[in-house]
Amino acid sequence: MKLTVNGKTYEVDIPDSMPLLWVLRDVLGLTGTKFGCGVAQCGACTVHLDGQAVRSCITPVRAVGSRPVTTIEGLSADGSHPVQRAWTEVDVVQCGFCQPGQVMAAAALLRQKPRPTDADIDAALEGNLCRCGTYQRVRAAVHRAARMMER
Amino acid sequence: MSPESLDIGRRDFLMTGAAAAAGLIVGFHIPATDAFARQAAGGPPAALPDPNAFLRIAPDGSVTILLAHSEMGQGVWTGLAMLLAEELGCDWGKVRVEHAPAAPAYFHTLMPMQMTGGSTSTWSEFDRYRQVGALARELLVRAAAAEWGVASAQCRVENGTIIAGDRRATFGALAEKARALPAPAEVQLTDRSAWTRIGKPTKRLDSPEKVTGRALFGQDVRFDGLKVALVQRAPVFGAKVVSFNDAAARKVPGVRAVVQVPSGVAVVADHFYAAREGRLALAPTIKWDLGASGSLDTEALRVQYRELAQRPGAKAGGKGDAAAALAKSSRRLVAEYEGPFLAHAAMEPLNCTVRLTASACEIWTGTQFQTGDQAAAAQVAGLKPEQVSVHTMFLGGGFGRRANPASDFVTEAVHVAKASGLPVKVIWTREDDMRGGYYRPQFFHHVQVGLGDDGLPMAWRHTVVCQSLSKGTPFESEIQNGIDPASVEGTVDSPYLAGLDHHLVELHTPESPVTVLWMRSVGHTHTAFVMESMIDELAHAAKADPLDYRRRLLAKQPRHLGVLNLAAEKAGWGTPLAAGRARGLAVHASFGSFVATVAEVSVQGAAIRVHRMVTAIDCGVCVNPAGVEAQMEGGAVYGLSAALHSELALRQGRVQQGTFNEYGVLRLSEMPRVEVFIVPSTEKPGGVGEPGVPTAAPAVANAVFALTGKRLRRLPLRLI
Repeated sequence: MKLTVNGKTYEVDIPDSMPLLWVLRDVLGLTGTKFGCGVAQCGACTVHLDGQAVRSCITPVRAVGSRPVTTIEGLSADGSHPVQRAWTEVDVVQCGFCQPGQVMAAAALLRQKPRPTDADIDAALEGNLCRCGTYQRVRAAVHRAARMMER
Repeated sequence: MSPESLDIGRRDFLMTGAAAAAGLIVGFHIPATDAFARQAAGGPPAALPDPNAFLRIAPDGSVTILLAHSEMGQGVWTGLAMLLAEELGCDWGKVRVEHAPAAPAYFHTLMPMQMTGGSTSTWSEFDRYRQVGALARELLVRAAAAEWGVASAQCRVENGTIIAGDRRATFGALAEKARALPAPAEVQLTDRSAWTRIGKPTKRLDSPEKVTGRALFGQDVRFDGLKVALVQRAPVFGAKVVSFNDAAARKVPGVRAVVQVPSGVAVVADHFYAAREGRLALAPTIKWDLGASGSLDTEALRVQYRELAQRPGAKAGGKGDAAAALAKSSRRLVAEYEGPFLAHAAMEPLNCTVRLTASACEIWTGTQFQTGDQAAAAQVAGLKPEQVSVHTMFLGGGFGRRANPASDFVTEAVHVAKASGLPVKVIWTREDDMRGGYYRPQFFHHVQVGLGDDGLPMAWRHTVVCQSLSKGTPFESEIQNGIDPASVEGTVDSPYLAGLDHHLVELHTPESPVTVLWMRSVGHTHTAFVMESMIDELAHAAKADPLDYRRRLLAKQPRHLGVLNLAAEKAGWGTPLAAGRARGLAVHASFGSFVATVAEVSVQGAAIRVHRMVTAIDCGVCVNPAGVEAQMEGGAVYGLSAALHSELALRQGRVQQGTFNEYGVLRLSEMPRVEVFIVPSTEKPGGVGEPGVPTAAPAVANAVFALTGKRLRRLPLRLI
């Protein structure tokens, strides 16, 4: 089976029912995408499939096909994506475990809605849980990233 | 860290130290929850630390600081580095941080174990990390002075460079020489007035790796040959495996072994997916002896706790004759408060990686209890503690769950590695993590307060029912005269009770097969809710404003008053609000800090909506105001989750909740605006990781009462 992840094509020999999350983590070694629940209830596993935010933990790899997958490792080469820069400037992270998922969800939102309202952000990131409680800064950082991308 | 990077002296120290540490865990006295009080009582001054254990300076001038504590979101990665850098005078841009290995050099300054908890990291390291920085700086200066043939006093330090006249040398160039010099016997710390880093809002050092996915958590450990294991654990607490059939599990492609361990049966596979498929095939074949807890029911437990609370318990604190004074009081209020078992539910489910050979055990995990886990792993592996190395990974949340005296997730992984003969990463699923025990205990409080003619309390009788966190653990010696301090902290030491001539706090400590553990803010998770709700009830009974009432009762408590007044002022207490909104107030001291919170709420149908939280904290000297703000925001969210959503229920011994659609936690759409204000203070630093949690629930409950007239006495707060 062929998979395109972060612009690179991989040939993988795995059951096609295997969730994309575990292909990324256990087969390809891309551990930036996190396992938090396995049932699309927390958002830690969020990646982009053809530019859309999806929960990789419930996406069987056979459903990916030839569509490109982008993970947190592929969002930018050096952390320079506006969302990542905004996250650092607003000092969003605490433990950091949910943050790759938050960042990926935010980046997908901004692609669709370059100037999101608080309500847009709440709706798009509702399923991305954070137990450290960084939500207020997540909102602020999404707005900041939106301003950066406008410029 | 590579062994090559350790100098010989330190390696020797690590070896002898680790050997000496063996067995310390037994009968050990943990002052984690009341360490502050004990330290305040005074202790022998500690010897100066060995800077080599905490600091490496590379030829390129990069400064690597070793953390004796675990970074779990609370910001020690940045805060402790700031303390050291304040004295060292290095280039902040060249600071790197690493978790230290498990070794006595990194024991907590107040207890002979390496641990992170009790909101102690910053204040307990306040001297040690500064001393390390100052010692290293002194050595570097002496090295430069010797090289240039000048007096140390002629040298000054600027941003990682030592300068004397027209001579300059970087720390990197001097490090090798400095290392060879004898350490000074004493060292002068910079006066507060000259601090350039402490007290300055500083951004986190771990952001870049955490926003790019490069930060490595326990879950992310990978090496050649590593297998992934899932354990099918007991369906009810204390159940034992009678038999199982591994045939179906072994047929799953990628499954390498199925082994029994004390906690259940483990399926070891090439990757998570195969392990999960194997476990699904295995689970129905396991016959369990359910033991005595197959009938456990949390509703029945509520009834039992309520009955217990009516009876006299062990005396936890008091003064005078509360019963007689109650009888004489002109008005009496009686109230019962309660709350459920709670799971810590860190975003990273538990996990632990183990590589075991005949002579060594290597562990990679996110832990708050390095040396305890090391000793426990050694016992299972049949090795000496110094043969066990612990690599602390970033913790995807800790909240106390990763500080377990029973070392459950570590010893289990060692068992799996031992039984399978394979290097394994044991991963807990979300449901495993939520149903795996070690909860904040279910609690019940019975409170009777007598009011005098002035509307102020004159007698207070308070009975707590709560499982002990220490009983049956190596920390059992914490329990004195039947009282586990963690069950009553926030009540026995309440400033409201201290001001009363007649009060009594009693405790019942029921036993249960459900395992319990400290959760972020420990006993204060429930005692602050009860005390601050009760004070609100008294204010209402006395027809007094909740703020004025507290001010009268706390008149002799300047730090309580300071945060109370600041939060009230910033929240606009007493000013008009939009229709359908109300404010509630709470003030509580914990872990050496003082916090007041004003919550602003509305009610939509049965849903409580929190719009704004204004919080003031007095944490003494504030090392990183930016970090304190973040901790207060996070504490508010952790407290709101418990106030509004989280609850574990057991039916027929089985935990009913498995994942986040059943165990509610606060979501982004519910996030109120949180405003944090820090009281300027020169007092000794206090904790900040936990003190933001306790005031959230009572502030919200009090606001709901102000809005609806309904007094909610059970957590999570529900209007119907």
